[in-house]
Amino acid sequence: MGVEQKLGNLGIVTTTLEQAVAWSRNYAMWPMLFGLACCAIEMMAAQASDNDMSRFGMELMRPSPRQSDLMIVAGRVSRKMAPVLRRLYDQMPEPKWVIAMGDCASCGGVFNNYAIVQGVDEVVPVDVYVAGCPPRPEALIHGILTLQDKVVKKIKFAEKG
Amino acid sequence: MPDIFEVTVDDLKHLVSERAVTGETMLLNMGPQHPSTHGVLRLLLELDGETVVNCIPDIGFLHTGIEKNMEAKTYQKAEVMTDRLDYLNTVGNNLAYCMAVEKLLDLDVPPRAQAIRVILTELQRIASHLVWLGTAALDVAAMSTFLYCFREREDILDILELVSGQRMMTTYIRPGGLWRDVPVEFEAAVRDFLKMFPKRIDQYEALLTRNPLFLDRTLGIGKISAEEALNLGVTGPLLRAVGVKWDLRKARPYSGYEQYEFEVPTRTEGDVYARYLVRVQEMRESLKIVEQALNKLPMGPVRSNNRKYVPPPRSEIGVSMEALIHHFKLWTEGFNAPKGYVYSAVESPRGELGVYLESDGGPHPYRVHWRTPSFDNLQALPLMAKGHLIADLVAIIGSIDIVLGDIDR
Repeated sequence: MGVEQKLGNLGIVTTTLEQAVAWSRNYAMWPMLFGLACCAIEMMAAQASDNDMSRFGMELMRPSPRQSDLMIVAGRVSRKMAPVLRRLYDQMPEPKWVIAMGDCASCGGVFNNYAIVQGVDEVVPVDVYVAGCPPRPEALIHGILTLQDKVVKKIKFAEKG
Repeated sequence: MPDIFEVTVDDLKHLVSERAVTGETMLLNMGPQHPSTHGVLRLLLELDGETVVNCIPDIGFLHTGIEKNMEAKTYQKAEVMTDRLDYLNTVGNNLAYCMAVEKLLDLDVPPRAQAIRVILTELQRIASHLVWLGTAALDVAAMSTFLYCFREREDILDILELVSGQRMMTTYIRPGGLWRDVPVEFEAAVRDFLKMFPKRIDQYEALLTRNPLFLDRTLGIGKISAEEALNLGVTGPLLRAVGVKWDLRKARPYSGYEQYEFEVPTRTEGDVYARYLVRVQEMRESLKIVEQALNKLPMGPVRSNNRKYVPPPRSEIGVSMEALIHHFKLWTEGFNAPKGYVYSAVESPRGELGVYLESDGGPHPYRVHWRTPSFDNLQALPLMAKGHLIADLVAIIGSIDIVLGDIDR
């Protein structure tokens, strides 16, 4: 009703199939329900009442990697966890994206030691890094918007593999 | 790929019963990526139909090397590591560590600092219980509770941010006192919270306490006896839910807890529902403590005056040469702690959180060992889970309130 009346007759929108697909992927991107450490709590906060990530089309966290498009690596990745993480990534269907949330996932953070993988990009290709220890929910949402920007503008990602 | 090691099911097979080898029972892997394991816990389940015969936790997926890393840092800088142990109880971790350092150095903490420490740790306890309540309710399919709990948690995090500038990893409590005094808005913010929160607890209780679906999932599930709990070293709400009235805040008061009047809630049933009731009641008791501490919050300094160990306030550095020297020395080479070892413990939201600190006389701790409550509490899981359905196992894991950062360190 209201919106249509205000906009009047907009006519036809022409676009390429690629752009239409990118647009729809963008706003129905399902992240994997996968928390590692402290950042996972802030990831939960980003989805809860105050920050409500679903405003950006990210409301459906899928516990199964086979149903998800986006992996948010929320927390430190230990050497024992790294192969599990890689397997989860391999199980996700293409196209897939990875956000390294927090300093530990991005570069090892304060833990420069034997136990922690110094940045999750040693294990999986990362599209967006979010800084902070842990990042505020707003920072995570900013990271997600950056990723959406990349998806729509089709900025080339690093070769997956 | 970095050098890695992988634990397969075959590596754990010697732990299950004979029946699994013959194929009479089934082995099922649960985790480390599972929505109900509250982090990266992996369980190897031996199942007879849907009944759990054996449940073997495989931990270490979040092993961070925090204890070893602390040995490479000076006493002040090592504190940054403590926040990341049990990330739902960051203030409490700081408190346990600072109390150990203060014990080692024989430092006095001004009363104002002690009262603020109590206020913040109790607020943190409420925030931790809120995360527990939200996620544990989510495990038994009560989605809305999660949203309500996280709404109130934000208010507590706002208070922590107000005093320290960080929502979670505050490092606000420092050896010898606090980082700095609380801002003027602090008292009003806490009072607002105190006024608002009791009604919110009533809301959660209205959602869950008499909810028949919740009762069905929790009553009589995951029972252990008081004797078993004590033998396993279980502490915290789990122990109080089996009827043992043990709370370090009452039993070994620290940081001035002896001045405050509060009850230690206990139940005798020892099931998932009893743990829920204990934790909800604990939130109400925490409010009482915060209110009392705020009402008689003394004025005065928030840091010890011992310049050998505690950096001088910022305002002194510009006008006093000695202050500048102390500041420089403390933040570059640190201080040499006297030789010896101490143990100090606090009551974290999960139980007894202890830190053992050994000094060889140098500026770095020689050994730091954490006695973390989740680690000991998790040992009770196989006992609790035996004979229950897989769906109940999810409720039981939720009720233990494990934090994997606390277990694996």
